[in-house]
Amino acid sequence: MEVCGGHTHSMFRYGLEGMLPGSIELVHGPGCPVCVLPTGRIDDAVAIAERPGVIFTTFGDAIRVPGSRKSLLQAKADGADIRIVYSPMDALSLAHANPGREVVFFGLGFETTMPSTALTVLEAERAAVGNFSVFCNHITIVPTIKAILDSPDLRIDGFLGPGHVSMVIGTAPYAFVARHYRRPLVVSGFEPIDILQSIWMVLRQIAEGRADVENQYSRIVPEDGNAPALTAIGSVYELREFFEWRGLGSIDHSGIRFRDTYARFDAERRFAVPNVRIADPKSCQCGEVLKGVLRPPQCKVFGTACTPETPLGALMVSSEGACAAHYRYSGARPRQVAA
Amino acid sequence: MNAIARIGGRRRDRVQVDKVTLAHGSGGKAMKDLIDDVFVSAFDNPILAPLDDHASIDLAELAAQGDRLAFTTDGFVVDPLFFPGGDIGKLAVCGTVNDLAVGGATPLYLSCAAIIEEGCPVELLRRVARSMADAAREAGVRIVTGDTKIVPHGLCDKLYLTTSGVGVIQAGLSLDARSVEPGDVVLVNGPFGDHGATILAARGDLALDAPIASDCAPLNGLIAAMLAANRGIRFMRDATRGGVATVLNEIADSSSVEIVIDESALPVREETKGFCELLGLDPLYLANEGKLVVVAPAGSADALLAAMRSHPLGAEACAIGRVGGFREPRVMMRTSLGGMRIVDMLIGDQLPRIC
Repeated sequence: MEVCGGHTHSMFRYGLEGMLPGSIELVHGPGCPVCVLPTGRIDDAVAIAERPGVIFTTFGDAIRVPGSRKSLLQAKADGADIRIVYSPMDALSLAHANPGREVVFFGLGFETTMPSTALTVLEAERAAVGNFSVFCNHITIVPTIKAILDSPDLRIDGFLGPGHVSMVIGTAPYAFVARHYRRPLVVSGFEPIDILQSIWMVLRQIAEGRADVENQYSRIVPEDGNAPALTAIGSVYELREFFEWRGLGSIDHSGIRFRDTYARFDAERRFAVPNVRIADPKSCQCGEVLKGVLRPPQCKVFGTACTPETPLGALMVSSEGACAAHYRYSGARPRQVAA
Repeated sequence: MNAIARIGGRRRDRVQVDKVTLAHGSGGKAMKDLIDDVFVSAFDNPILAPLDDHASIDLAELAAQGDRLAFTTDGFVVDPLFFPGGDIGKLAVCGTVNDLAVGGATPLYLSCAAIIEEGCPVELLRRVARSMADAAREAGVRIVTGDTKIVPHGLCDKLYLTTSGVGVIQAGLSLDARSVEPGDVVLVNGPFGDHGATILAARGDLALDAPIASDCAPLNGLIAAMLAANRGIRFMRDATRGGVATVLNEIADSSSVEIVIDESALPVREETKGFCELLGLDPLYLANEGKLVVVAPAGSADALLAAMRSHPLGAEACAIGRVGGFREPRVMMRTSLGGMRIVDMLIGDQLPRIC
């Protein structure tokens, strides 16, 4: 299993799966932060975005994720001021430029994007920007790998560790995968050659009866991670007791929130969001796909009720989602596109 | 535009104010001055000159050039209006010229309708009209009729243009997406993705300074050279919105064939490639305004490539793939590593990924 959506995307983009022997099955894990966002959090984002005076800023691929009422894209069509940005600093610039408006940034992603949000909040504090806040949905990968390993229907023999996350947190946090669960984990880069080499490194460990944490992406990933990034994260955020994931349910200590000292930058506290939990659609089997129990085409609604045009589960929304990537690049589906 | 011809005198600089007001859409003298100053002075030609409600075109002159009339229309709403390599005016002329030319028609006459937002600077309109005139001259077409409407502030974004065009298709020439056959070769006239990347970069919200320019150009000269060299072309289309990938899918669907392209043969400039990698975009889906996808029998491919390469707009022409066979219509890519994957239609816009 690769736990990073970037790896999933590369595997499909370069057709790697078809080049591997049939005995190797690639299972696409929960590493797309947009995909695992539960419906209720999208509803909260829409509720904030629809408040008068708010400019709601988001990364592009979150804009089509379905909420229970509507997606951010539909809310934008209904008149909400929702803008795509490429970094949280863009959102802070918007706050500078629009002092009469409340600018909210949709904070998403694993440890890869956490430092940039944290540093932006620190900059907002330094520059005394009063109209900027973050709707924090950052999540952390390690508890989630543990939840997958604890799953009774686990059928994963080895892991590719995330490249960009590890650039921030280093490789030590994965030691438990090898030590307690006896599964090899290789931190991998994103070029197709990186991924193939990492798969080979996992196979070599299995062949030699070993279970270690190895680092294929050592040109980027330091063993100890990035200290300034970790310091920024630690000073702004603290762990939530639990956070809900689409398809996987509630996972202990898998999300982060603002420390009380930064409460004024916390959109959840600033705007009192509805915070209603919405159950995943019954027909949706995102959870089984995320855990590797089902392959995307084995899901009951894949390619029928759930397509990239009308996604039921978020795995069909982002281009990094296992189902969308499978649908788009593998063609295991009826073709419906007209000329 | 009727009656303006009778006003006579010097046309340019007749509008004395800096910005367009609703008075310029009223049908009165202010409107006539705006049309005269901005459009008529730039497009100046004998068919436009009477400024009647329509252009009058001699049928015999058309019939001498072919046996079918080609007729097309296109709307232009680009943001920003000016970008490296072009502007909305050049786009509006080239877009319609290219839609005619890829069908094998010789483009001849264009119309131009402008929806203008109240408050739009008059100098901006003059600049756009001059750019349209330059592009029309380069393409060898004339803008022979037109219309302007002014809408209140906020009801459109500065300026929208619509151009329609007519051209004549040579007798005996038939280009059809349904005629593509297994073994045919797929050609493009050069690196793609530049226009889409340029527009994204020019919007300025990326804080990226990419040294990329739009490929916006009239392709009728290149196409005429290709048809003169070899009339075996099965089909061609300009790869505008949706990019090369979308055109290939349309061809695959129309002819019920599989098309296999070779990733290592795809021409994309390093600057555009880098820009796309940074944003998680695929240049195969980015818009172009001067790129053709051509399908031709293998026996014609070399002659066509040679003709394309001898024209400035085809200097970097190359083959990117082949038509595989009559089977499930789809586009496949042999990746640079040797894997195979589907190149599908996009559902909506390409959305930049977060990491």
